[in-house]
Amino acid sequence: MLKDKIERPGYLLIAVLGLIAPMVFPAYVQQIAMLWIMIVFALTWDAMGGQMGYNSLGNIFFFGAGMYMAAVAQIWPWYDVGEYTDPAGALKTSFTIGQYFTGLALGIVMAAVGSVILAVLFGLIVFGLRGPYFAIGTLGIAIAAGELIGAWDWVGGGGGIRLPVFPSGTDADPLFRVPFGAITSADLQGIFFYWACFLLAAATFFFFRWLYTTRFGLMLNAIRDDETKSEALGIRTTLYKTIAWSMSAFFLGISGALFGNIIGFIEPLEVAFPTVTFGIFMVLMALLGGKGTLWGPVIGATLFHVIKEVTWTHLLGWQWVVLGLLIVLTVVFFQQGIVGWIQERRPEWFGIGVDRGTAGQQADAAGKIAR
Amino acid sequence: MAPSETASQARVGLGMPAWLKSSSDGWTLFFMLALVCLCLVAISENARNNLTILEVAWQQNIQLLLDGLFIGAIFAFAAYGLALVWGVMNVKNLCQGEYVIMGGYISYCMYANGIHPFFGFPVAIVLMFGFGWLMYFLVIKRVIDRDLFTSLLATFGIAIVLQQGLNLIFGPEVQTARSGLPTATITIGGGSFTFAWIKLAAFLMCGADAGRLALVIVLFMKRSRMGQAIRATAQDPRAARVMGIDTGKVYAFTYSLNAAICGAAGVLIAMIWVIQPFYGITHSIRSFVVVTAAGFGNLPGVITAGLGLGVAEQYSGFVLGADFQQATVVGLLLLVLIWRQIVENKYRRVVE
Repeated sequence: MLKDKIERPGYLLIAVLGLIAPMVFPAYVQQIAMLWIMIVFALTWDAMGGQMGYNSLGNIFFFGAGMYMAAVAQIWPWYDVGEYTDPAGALKTSFTIGQYFTGLALGIVMAAVGSVILAVLFGLIVFGLRGPYFAIGTLGIAIAAGELIGAWDWVGGGGGIRLPVFPSGTDADPLFRVPFGAITSADLQGIFFYWACFLLAAATFFFFRWLYTTRFGLMLNAIRDDETKSEALGIRTTLYKTIAWSMSAFFLGISGALFGNIIGFIEPLEVAFPTVTFGIFMVLMALLGGKGTLWGPVIGATLFHVIKEVTWTHLLGWQWVVLGLLIVLTVVFFQQGIVGWIQERRPEWFGIGVDRGTAGQQADAAGKIAR
Repeated sequence: MAPSETASQARVGLGMPAWLKSSSDGWTLFFMLALVCLCLVAISENARNNLTILEVAWQQNIQLLLDGLFIGAIFAFAAYGLALVWGVMNVKNLCQGEYVIMGGYISYCMYANGIHPFFGFPVAIVLMFGFGWLMYFLVIKRVIDRDLFTSLLATFGIAIVLQQGLNLIFGPEVQTARSGLPTATITIGGGSFTFAWIKLAAFLMCGADAGRLALVIVLFMKRSRMGQAIRATAQDPRAARVMGIDTGKVYAFTYSLNAAICGAAGVLIAMIWVIQPFYGITHSIRSFVVVTAAGFGNLPGVITAGLGLGVAEQYSGFVLGADFQQATVVGLLLLVLIWRQIVENKYRRVVE
């Protein structure tokens, strides 16, 4: 089978490319880091939308929630958050290397754990909803979160939070200055978070790759195919739906924490809860690549991100119109996505046996009549 | 939830964990308490001051109530269009708000060119009917028979195209079409509130239009050939097709009618309120709130829910601050969805 032949060299190639990319393309470190985050977006959305059949429009909520929780965790041990975020800016702040990295680690843990807790809590509200009501309910949560954070002065309100600055190579700490002395703070930060994003994307990918081979993965597919029947078979659907959502939230929360630190400045509507940009991109990327497949979201995210980065600036204000058109076209004409399309054409590449016995022929004939 | 699905609704899906399932009243209590806590967090000193204002200068209540009812009538209008499309075609039209805003910009264009925006009504209705027809044949036609999420996402895509298109043409500034009708300041008991005639006119027009529309639609649905075809299609599209009904035409008509209704609502919005390319999504969510609360084919319910939403929004805008206006709409949506879950759960059903 093709899969066995290309699998190992394929992973190796991607790992090598991913690791050396910041050295080869130093000018595009941030864009490539963004690509890894996009892949995390698409994979986590697909775990819900593709594998479980619960199409969420508000998964971006966990991205923003993780970002804010991480920011608070990074500041809170050393400064009063309310004073720190005060727009008057009377507070002079500086973080030592130890404080910065302790805060960052704390922030990432907080973002992950906090997002899982939020997913469980909101799961109580949304998992009695199905189909379009679920999509609109989750969209509502994401929009409401953006608005409420924007009105919450303690975390900076609409003015946002400026995150601690990454320590520079000229810092006083000799342990840090000697190896990184010649590199600027921005470059160090870029490479550090690049690898963090790469690790996160790889972890997400292999986690879901493993998950889909387990009994749990099969249960998710059962919920997608017929929830009532799977419930009748004794699958505790609500529990599994909540767990799957928590898994998405876990990775999305971490991606939010990393993204916030890459940007360095977070704000509720455009950066943390961008419902109509990233929130929709993740759906589009998963659909474009082929939802319900492992590689689909990865390919969709890569393709979408590369096209977006290359053409965005040349579209002169029309980029959003193009994005909307792309959504309509993908949804209406190409819903099976790239991988789904190949799977239809060449099922044997995916190890899917198609039985051409009498039953298959009968099904084909029945399909023709129905059409 | 289309009429064709009613038979399959009696499902045994239970969307809540066992420890809460035991008593749905306990569940209700849990969420109500959580919401009250949230509200307490939200009600800052500022909000308490505003509440005091409402007590002392009670005339402000009349202002808020009237404004809320006037605006709510328009919400009900747009929501009725959504209920129509959802009920007949099972399409969840997320670009509802964009059609409203487009109607608003039609009337704004006329105002900017020196024509009274009232004349925007026929123009908006005709243009939006045509636009709805176009959208039907370009996109909607292809998503009707697909799964539930497809129509939602496709119309969301249309919404993005439309709002960005409007943004490119008109710019992101907030616009309004002034009607030139006078406002009156009425003084009662030592306080005063302003009373804009345009808002009353809009309210009456909405009321009259909704009433007339209801009458026309009821008669149309009951008596005319097309109406019978629409009802038949709503019940069972495949059987209707077998019986020789051109369901495509029925769908196209329904969708275009919805766009025209939204356009008319938009003309009113532009005159009594403000329009901006990105305000559409809030209008869409409002329509969803109203339809989710009232259900389809329930015109009195839609009107009541629309008026209630208008008043609730005005009050929260005043008490909690303008920042919370959109959050209120979304919060109400979530509340309605939770409430629907509790109700449906009593009959061992889920909201779908």
